[in-house]
Amino acid sequence: MRLATAVSRVALIGNPNTGKTTLFNALTGLNQRVGNYPGVTVEVKTGRCGEDLEVLDLPGTYSLAAFSPDEAVAARALIGDLDGSPGPDLAIVVVDAANLNRNLYLVTQVMDIGIPVVVALNMGDLAEKAGITVDAKMLSGKLGVPVVPTLASKREGIVSLTAAVRAGIGGDRPATPWNGPSPLEAEEAKLAKIRPAGRFLLRRGIVDAGGSAEEALIARYGESVRGALAAARERIKENTGLAPAAIEAKMRYTFIGEALAGVVDRRPVGRSFTDRADAVLTHRIFGTAIFVLLLTGIFMSIFSGAAPFMDLIEGVFDNLGELVIGWFAGSALEGGMLESLIVDGAIAGVGGVLVFLPQILILFLFLALLEDCGYLARAAFLMDRLLRFCGLSGHSFIPMLSSFACAIPGIMAARTIGDRKDRITTILVAPLMSCSARLPIYAIMIAAFVPAVTVFGFLSVRGLVFAGMYFLGIMVAVAVAFLLKKTMLKGPPSTFVMELPPYRLPALRTVFLRVYDRGKAFVMRAGTIIFTMSVVIWALGYFPRSSDVLSKHDADREVAAATLSGDDLAARIAEIDSLESGELLRSSALGTMGRAIEPVVEPLGWDWKIGMAAIAAFPAREVVISTLSIIYDLGEEGGADEGNLIAAMTASKREDGTPVFSLAVALSLMVFFALCCQCGATVATIRRELNSWKWAGFAFTYMTVLAYLGALITYRLASALGA
Amino acid sequence: MSMNITRLSSCHPGEGGRIARLTEDGPVGQRLREMGVIEGTGIKVIRVAPLGDPMEIEVMGYLLSLRKSEAQFVEIEVAG
Repeated sequence: MRLATAVSRVALIGNPNTGKTTLFNALTGLNQRVGNYPGVTVEVKTGRCGEDLEVLDLPGTYSLAAFSPDEAVAARALIGDLDGSPGPDLAIVVVDAANLNRNLYLVTQVMDIGIPVVVALNMGDLAEKAGITVDAKMLSGKLGVPVVPTLASKREGIVSLTAAVRAGIGGDRPATPWNGPSPLEAEEAKLAKIRPAGRFLLRRGIVDAGGSAEEALIARYGESVRGALAAARERIKENTGLAPAAIEAKMRYTFIGEALAGVVDRRPVGRSFTDRADAVLTHRIFGTAIFVLLLTGIFMSIFSGAAPFMDLIEGVFDNLGELVIGWFAGSALEGGMLESLIVDGAIAGVGGVLVFLPQILILFLFLALLEDCGYLARAAFLMDRLLRFCGLSGHSFIPMLSSFACAIPGIMAARTIGDRKDRITTILVAPLMSCSARLPIYAIMIAAFVPAVTVFGFLSVRGLVFAGMYFLGIMVAVAVAFLLKKTMLKGPPSTFVMELPPYRLPALRTVFLRVYDRGKAFVMRAGTIIFTMSVVIWALGYFPRSSDVLSKHDADREVAAATLSGDDLAARIAEIDSLESGELLRSSALGTMGRAIEPVVEPLGWDWKIGMAAIAAFPAREVVISTLSIIYDLGEEGGADEGNLIAAMTASKREDGTPVFSLAVALSLMVFFALCCQCGATVATIRRELNSWKWAGFAFTYMTVLAYLGALITYRLASALGA
Repeated sequence: MSMNITRLSSCHPGEGGRIARLTEDGPVGQRLREMGVIEGTGIKVIRVAPLGDPMEIEVMGYLLSLRKSEAQFVEIEVAG
């Protein structure tokens, strides 16, 4: 029998686009969880590999010079400064075999830390195709650390890798990856005499002026460190004429150049696929056209591709509702409170939102495919010049594009932006991109109130309105970013140094896991926040049951029963039921509150029901749909087909008998939700990422003001035009 | 054969040479050096984005996007 072994912590780190996530998935399978580290702006994924290894998936980074939050997290995790626990027992550095020169830069930085290092030499198959052969054994000898060839996408080399990791834990710390003494080491030795912080932290502190190592040293040894580091930098510059960062790069690349001599064999090959593809995809005319067509195609396929699956889900929920009604039929509880709670509250509310799962999955699938095949970097390359108009760079493009799926991954993707002001600006405008939670609102309003006609023979007006909503968000984001960068977040011009990775076939497993994670998050939301809000809204709309209203209609029913018979009686009873439901809703807590706030939403063309639905949607935009479904279900509007929200909205009347909804009202509601920040998760993510309630509050406030003004202007304009 | 010093930002697609000097010591210079844009390395402009900026360059066997304002810091030696 084996004794229970202690669990060792292994950090997985590497440049972006080295297949690091794929390797993490191959090592840990589905056995992963997202760890939360209080006080830092990051989620680090951890997973188990066997009984004895806990693997931390650190953000992809080129360097540990820790200027962007991603780099800072990777550096802090490696020295054990992230969660108070000691640093990892070993680091696996994933390197791209086709691009060893630049990838080894990070390897040499990790070797500075003083924990055992294992190099995973990944994607050798693609390197072979590019004519590059690497002698792993020889490289291992030159670096002084184990080098294990892996093909993460085919799950090859995983066994050898874990064997090398298990053998390496507790073993030797790697030697300094330099050749010969440098002016940096002299200064490090000087500092270490009074502040024995270790090679890595001291070196990073000297090289990275204002970086996270400097902060860590100040936290440990007090404010005097700042002056000592600045003085060390000055002396280095005076003695050598070079900046410390230039010396570091020179020392490392000299070491790497010598380590690679004889290790890498290059055969001449023809023009690479990436080069040929880029000639088209970044071409002045073809590249731009493909970019526009691709984005249009994705949004169109979200609609046509998802429709059959959405019908399927809708059918399931309709049947579920009828099944439940069937259970209650004939029992003492028929037509009672419990039935209403389940059918009108839970099923109508959650079903109304879950129906959009297929659209969300398709959107995330496309984004994951485009990112993993390398196209998103080209899109950022194409868009950089345009983003410069509003003071940003192509770096902001991927966070903004991701925000079309969901602002939360979009805001988190901004971690790769090094410039703090650019990063704040990007995060503040990212929620203006129309995310998938707006889809249900646009889809329902357009289907209900925008006529299905075409202009110029081929352009669908519905499609145009839909595209218009996305366009509106983009234009407002550009304007807001422009203003922010001119005023509150004024800074030096942004920069755009970005790798254009080779095009590759995405690893399907990695793509699948990403889509699965996102889909799961959406379903969890429907199961928790939307379910809770649905029940709360139902309760507010159900209670109090006014006894005056109930007895008045009971009396009417008795009169009808005494005077009418057959079909006439049934029709009269149905009419009384409907009137009663409407009056009960009006006299409920929801109705009372709704009437109180009606003056605020009236200028937007909304009645109290829409106003309440919008207010209920403060924690999550989709709730507006579930709330309207519940309100109309409770009020029994829309007649026999009560499961159908569109029919209910179309049939809904104000007290004076005019329809509640018109095209102008629908547009006003859509514009409001296009611009508002009604998403608790987004506000919480902004707060966490920027570590500031101030910015989170600012985002919510400015977006709410814009949403109200936008809806007001839209309603007035559309009404004036007769919509 | 004589060598001329020129800035990377003024190169056209297909042109390039050996990096002679990087004239920026701040964070941008540090990022460029980490990415392999260091003295003595070969560098080449591959193409320019449709709107005239940024540039796609090749260095250390991979592709990197740089704005012209950043390529200005890179002085290269070309055979003249």
